[in-house]
Amino acid sequence: MSLTQQSGVPRWVLVPAALGAAFVVLPLVALVTRVEWGSFFSLITSDSSQAALWLSLRTSAASTLLCVVLGVPMALVLARTTFRGQSLLRSLVLLPLVLPPVVGGIALLYTFGRKGLLGETIDVLGLQIAFSTTAVVIAQTFVALPFMVVSLEGTLRTVGERYEVVAATLGARPTTVLRRVTLPLVLPGLAAGAVLSFARALGEFGATITFAGSLEGVTRTLPLEIYLQRETDPDAAVALSLVLVVVAVLVIGLVRGTRSTAL
Amino acid sequence: MRRLAAALLLLVTLAGCSDDARDRTTDGPEKTLQVYAAASVQNAFTEIGKRFEDANDGVTVKFTFGGSSDLVAQIEQGAPADVFASADTANMDKAVKARVVGGVPQDFASNTLEIVTPPDNPAHIESLRDLTKRGAKVVVCAPEVPCGAAAARVEKAAGLTIKPVSEEQSVTDVLGKVISGEADAGLVYVTDVLGAGAKVHGVTFPESRRAVNTYPIASLRGADDETLAAYFTDYVVGPEGQSVLSTYGFQKP
Amino acid sequence: MSLHLEATVADRDVDVSLDIADGEVVAILGPNGAGKSTVLAAIAGVLRPDAGRGVLGDDVLFDIGAGTWQPAYARGTALLAQDPLLFPHLDAVDNVAFGPRSAGRTRAQSRATAMTWLAEVDAAELARRKPSDLSGGQAQRIAVARALAAEPRLLLLDEPMAALDITVVPAMRQVLKRVLAGRSAIIVTHDVLDALLLADRVVVMEGGRIVEEGPTKEVLERPRSTFGAGIAGLNLMRGRSVGTAVCTASGSLVSGLSDESLPEDTDAVAVFSPSAVGVYVEPPAGSPRNVFASTIRELEPRGAQVRVRTDELSADVTLPVVAELDLVPGKQVFLVVKASEVTIYPA
Repeated sequence: MSLTQQSGVPRWVLVPAALGAAFVVLPLVALVTRVEWGSFFSLITSDSSQAALWLSLRTSAASTLLCVVLGVPMALVLARTTFRGQSLLRSLVLLPLVLPPVVGGIALLYTFGRKGLLGETIDVLGLQIAFSTTAVVIAQTFVALPFMVVSLEGTLRTVGERYEVVAATLGARPTTVLRRVTLPLVLPGLAAGAVLSFARALGEFGATITFAGSLEGVTRTLPLEIYLQRETDPDAAVALSLVLVVVAVLVIGLVRGTRSTAL
Repeated sequence: MRRLAAALLLLVTLAGCSDDARDRTTDGPEKTLQVYAAASVQNAFTEIGKRFEDANDGVTVKFTFGGSSDLVAQIEQGAPADVFASADTANMDKAVKARVVGGVPQDFASNTLEIVTPPDNPAHIESLRDLTKRGAKVVVCAPEVPCGAAAARVEKAAGLTIKPVSEEQSVTDVLGKVISGEADAGLVYVTDVLGAGAKVHGVTFPESRRAVNTYPIASLRGADDETLAAYFTDYVVGPEGQSVLSTYGFQKP
Repeated sequence: MSLHLEATVADRDVDVSLDIADGEVVAILGPNGAGKSTVLAAIAGVLRPDAGRGVLGDDVLFDIGAGTWQPAYARGTALLAQDPLLFPHLDAVDNVAFGPRSAGRTRAQSRATAMTWLAEVDAAELARRKPSDLSGGQAQRIAVARALAAEPRLLLLDEPMAALDITVVPAMRQVLKRVLAGRSAIIVTHDVLDALLLADRVVVMEGGRIVEEGPTKEVLERPRSTFGAGIAGLNLMRGRSVGTAVCTASGSLVSGLSDESLPEDTDAVAVFSPSAVGVYVEPPAGSPRNVFASTIRELEPRGAQVRVRTDELSADVTLPVVAELDLVPGKQVFLVVKASEVTIYPA
């Protein structure tokens, strides 16, 4: 392998850089070395594993959809309007990015739980959120939404308003401008945001276990299943971890793909 | 929390210059005993530790509390533990099988299950059978963890099938769901009900005798001071330890 | 459609009052920062003035005092900027079809309209190209077609040729001259040729105010404002057309390029910039087509340059050249300009 120095990075920088890379890659290698390949497929195809994987994919897809439905308007409002308290609102919206997921789970519990802020209202509507798959989706959406907002708001700002102004002077109403100009222009950012949201939802653990509980096929997503399997069957936990790693790698590859074709 | 503890532990192990290493090679009167104990005995053991320190000059007892299976895994990976107190025999057996146990495991306490409900008992749970009521939101431990295994034994003995809305990772999670009012009832240990005080209402049931959970303790192979480790396990099994354990609701083994 | 505009934009220190007759093309000239684009933005509804009102035909675009404000999309004032801003995800024909589509026309109808306008700007063969595959000049022609396809009641052109390669400007100017005929339009420009060729009337802005306005030729020939005077520095030679040259009353023959076929022996004017004029003390060797002997009347420093004014023409030269050639008022010089720098048009 040859290193092409383009911008004159000091050579010593390569040492901590390599250390950093090893720090990230080595645990993954260690994980792979612990996989019992003989039983790998039976482990990841057991009923509970399949149920967890399927539930994870379903709930993550639903949360991603919710992130699009809620996140796109939020990003639009943040990027295209100005109002008092906007920067405060932006900080609050991004809070789940830095908040420990457990804290998010507790907060959600006190919002959507039976005794929570909205609990009684939801009860009146005949909905039961606690211990349901809905709760998983809510927890995942809560932690994944900021990824969509951040990604899309950045793209909206990069693209700028010039095309929208032109579209308006050509007689396009705001909804037409959004549909035919803004959204197509920010599609790469939207796609990246969706993929990141999906990945975050897929890996969500803390908020889910705190808020939604853990029951096979209903609320026990893949990370919860891995955590539980550790108790009795570490091999299964390792095998499922590898599955999650592979899915995450695919997702990252997808993001890089959309990024490189962006604009 | 457990993950954080594991991560910290990893860092300490990686650093390779921990206090423990130094403590172990000190010949002076200052001695530190590293006790790895199940999370459910945290309160009782903390008090036992204090009493043990008072009774033995120059001895410091350091505790690491966690899920029994996590602790076994850490000990197997070389965590600097001198004593291991497990919440069930299965995990102690694992430790024995992994050849990390030095002495002979001794049972030091037992615990039985109790139904826990919010203070107002909204679903009117009065017996184990009531847990099978339609519409009652019941939370139990997953069968993979000791409290869940106990719950399964009780169910089987009583010939009942409880349909839980969630199978939690630990007793604490079950208790949390009941305290927050999300669940109408849960199955936890007697000691947990006692520890939660007025925040919950306990319902005892006769079938609980069918699943008595036994807590074994053992000194570990390669303990820094095997005599001290053995002395501590004897202290826990002895009258001093037993009296503390009983005030926290544990029964005799 | 006629426009009446009064607008004050406080933070840009712009305060103007402007009237445009139905079918009239008005050029707004002025230095950078004079507020020309602000005026267009206010008319288009992209910027909200602090005070004033705008009326297009019988339609009140805005009346700040009365709280009336029509959004940009409802005004029928298509805005063409110096950057074509074609929607990058749409091909040329769909870009042009954007206006008709937004007005509720079907896809097929809109495409048909778009093709008509593409042909009008000589870009029919570019219909299926994506903006990324177009040159600057092609993109701007398509942007013109897109603006026109929206059937604006008033067309707003904000320096439409400023970003174009110099070689495609004449062709673009010709396209604009053709499509602007009979339309109400405002063209903001700093190039006096645009004003001369495209506009019926000129408005000169400086420091956010209109300092001068009137029929194009009048303003250019008898400027009263500083900027107007600067424009007047442009060399204008009037006469009768001879091929692609102008024969002046004093007998000089000025060769140049013509944007359109010029009828023989009609009133014509040759226009070229002082910066295109070279100054020599000896008659230049070779056979440049446009050489005019003249006497220096005055020297006017303009930054790093010096404007050399002679009896009839002006030339911009650098300070070292002034020193080297010992240029002083009263000195006999020869002024040379390439034919490719001279534009001939009917007067």
